[in-house]
Amino acid sequence: MTTGTIHHRDKFLQTIAKKLGRNQRTTGVTRPHWKHQPQWSVFKGFSQDDLIEAFKSQCSRIHTDVVETTADQLAAALKQVVAGYGGGPVVTWDDPRFVEYGLSPLLQEEWPSEKIDVHVWNAAIGQKNIEFAEKANVGITFSDITLAESGTVVLFSSSGKGRTVSFLPQTYVAIVPKSTFVPRMTQAAVFIHERIEKGEPIPSCINFITGPSNSADIEMNLVVGVHGPIKATYIIVKDR
Amino acid sequence: MPMKIGTGEFKERVDKGIHNSFMRGAVAGAQERLRTRRLEAAEELGNWEEWRALGEEIRKHTLENLDYYLWQLSENVAKRGGHVFFAQTAEEANEYIRDVVVKKNAKKIVKSKSMVTEEINLNPVLEAAGCEVIETDLGEYILQIDDHDPPSHIVAPALHKNKEQIRDVFKAKLNYKKTENPEELALHARHTLRQAYLTADVGITGCNFAIAESGSITLVTNEGNADLVTALPKTQITVMGMERIVPTFEEMEVLVSLLTRSAVGQKLTSYITVLTGPRDQGDVDGPEEFHLVIVDNGRSNILGTEFQSVLQCIRCAACVNVCPVYRHIGGHSYGSIYSGPIGAVLSPLLGGYDDYKELPYASTLCAACTEACPVKIPLHELLHKHRQVIVEREGKAPISEKLAMKAFGLGAASSALYKLGSKLAPSAMNPFTVNNRISNGPGPLKAWTEIREFPAPGKERFRDWFHNRQKGDHQS
Repeated sequence: MTTGTIHHRDKFLQTIAKKLGRNQRTTGVTRPHWKHQPQWSVFKGFSQDDLIEAFKSQCSRIHTDVVETTADQLAAALKQVVAGYGGGPVVTWDDPRFVEYGLSPLLQEEWPSEKIDVHVWNAAIGQKNIEFAEKANVGITFSDITLAESGTVVLFSSSGKGRTVSFLPQTYVAIVPKSTFVPRMTQAAVFIHERIEKGEPIPSCINFITGPSNSADIEMNLVVGVHGPIKATYIIVKDR
Repeated sequence: MPMKIGTGEFKERVDKGIHNSFMRGAVAGAQERLRTRRLEAAEELGNWEEWRALGEEIRKHTLENLDYYLWQLSENVAKRGGHVFFAQTAEEANEYIRDVVVKKNAKKIVKSKSMVTEEINLNPVLEAAGCEVIETDLGEYILQIDDHDPPSHIVAPALHKNKEQIRDVFKAKLNYKKTENPEELALHARHTLRQAYLTADVGITGCNFAIAESGSITLVTNEGNADLVTALPKTQITVMGMERIVPTFEEMEVLVSLLTRSAVGQKLTSYITVLTGPRDQGDVDGPEEFHLVIVDNGRSNILGTEFQSVLQCIRCAACVNVCPVYRHIGGHSYGSIYSGPIGAVLSPLLGGYDDYKELPYASTLCAACTEACPVKIPLHELLHKHRQVIVEREGKAPISEKLAMKAFGLGAASSALYKLGSKLAPSAMNPFTVNNRISNGPGPLKAWTEIREFPAPGKERFRDWFHNRQKGDHQS
């Protein structure tokens, strides 16, 4: 990767240091140990099952449907949710979990035989992916981390995991394995922070998605579905 | 739109606001809802005061080491292939952004909500360079198509408009044929703006929090517009006020939790998006080129002064939503894109006392703002400090206050005069008093009694009352 450019930094930062009444610092600052850390007391000691219950109750407040299933019933559950949204076209991530969770027959045979168009994200064909996502009725991804408190799925982008799969289609479905649940955003932030400390690169886009898009800009009335998906469903896989 | 909005003197603007009964109803309703939601969200946590203390500690530490964290941020953005431009002034920022846009030969630009680009008045610069600039936040979009009506609230910019007014704007400007139903209005905007995202050359965003350790920027929305603005155009330009930064993901998380709860009472908004550099090798969506513009524009002059804590602000507008003065006069009266208590503190610092000397007086100093602030900015104390500066250093106190203070100073300087004055007050005010109330007062009382009554001076002076009470012959 080519390194980017930095313009006019020295004078700018020297001005700040001067106003703060000291010399400029480029090293030697460590974060203090914060005196208060209330974020760790949320859902402390909760089991994965407790977290799922909290998550479900939050979803009723964020206009998001929840379906619970097991890995062997996942394909049937997904088929039903997509049918409920009026069928295809469907766009999904290119994510090995679709194969691991036994969804290949649905994506490759069942849906196509029912004339439901399926597009699996394919970096090799570039812009065509976006054209497909824009016309799709349903976008489907897995959740990488799931936040019980807020009802949030966290998505890490990569070449197979396009950003727009969760934004451009009319509706959005996230598959949420039980093992991905954590109490709140705190745990996700620590996970990412630790990756950075180890010198590992982080994805160019990390999305924290909490239900469908909405706006209250007109008389503070909540309108669900503005720029992104109009409806959203989370399918919890209880045995993975 | 520059930071300064509207025309006319402060008093004329306030007069207009007070007589706009729809706006006052809309503001009061919105304040109620937002305030209630915030209190519920805080209550649910159970230990809100600890959260506020943590928020304050993080913001203070970051400001005290701002040069260090901005250094780290810029290094990490560059490592990921992004370009960083430090802009001392609004002009420098605008010039750099215009140069990028011209170099890209861009014709169409989509923007997500950004107060700092309003502050530096970016849009006219881009339009003069031949670009079509489209605001995509629904509230901002409504204002933009309504011939650039100014925003009246930091979080809900079109708060002062009702749905019928919005319908009429859509009819006039967008060939809209449906009703004032918010769902139908929003759907129409969805279709119009979807085309804009898909065909834009450049996307411009603000920045809620930059993360120093990774060179990331965090965008907080409910609509998801910032995601499309950054996923589809080939070039992304993000503009941030220099203080909008945190050390690591761990602090970003805490401040986002404080922001979404304080602004709209949500645990998290629908979309919190953390972007690092341009798209990765092999990615299909996301920008090929990323520019981060870090803006000072007067902020460094606040550092190291008694007003430094105002830079802790995370732009949640909780203070706006509890302010009794904002409730009555509305956002436009402030004459600044930053309205309410935070606007009354920040606008004179960024825009100068000449334009904003009245704002620190548009407050009852009731301290509701200070109590609501999630990062514990002592807003009412800062308003008070402004008044001190205006009177003592700038000599710019409003004329009625000058006269009143002069008279009070004269009267209070001599105990004989003070005694005489307080003795004479009841009879002096007698011609103006009906049933112990003054409703048409003279001199400095006039502005007050134009809209409300003033209690008449008591028949018995406090000093006499106290004196008698000490003697033990007072029964009340």
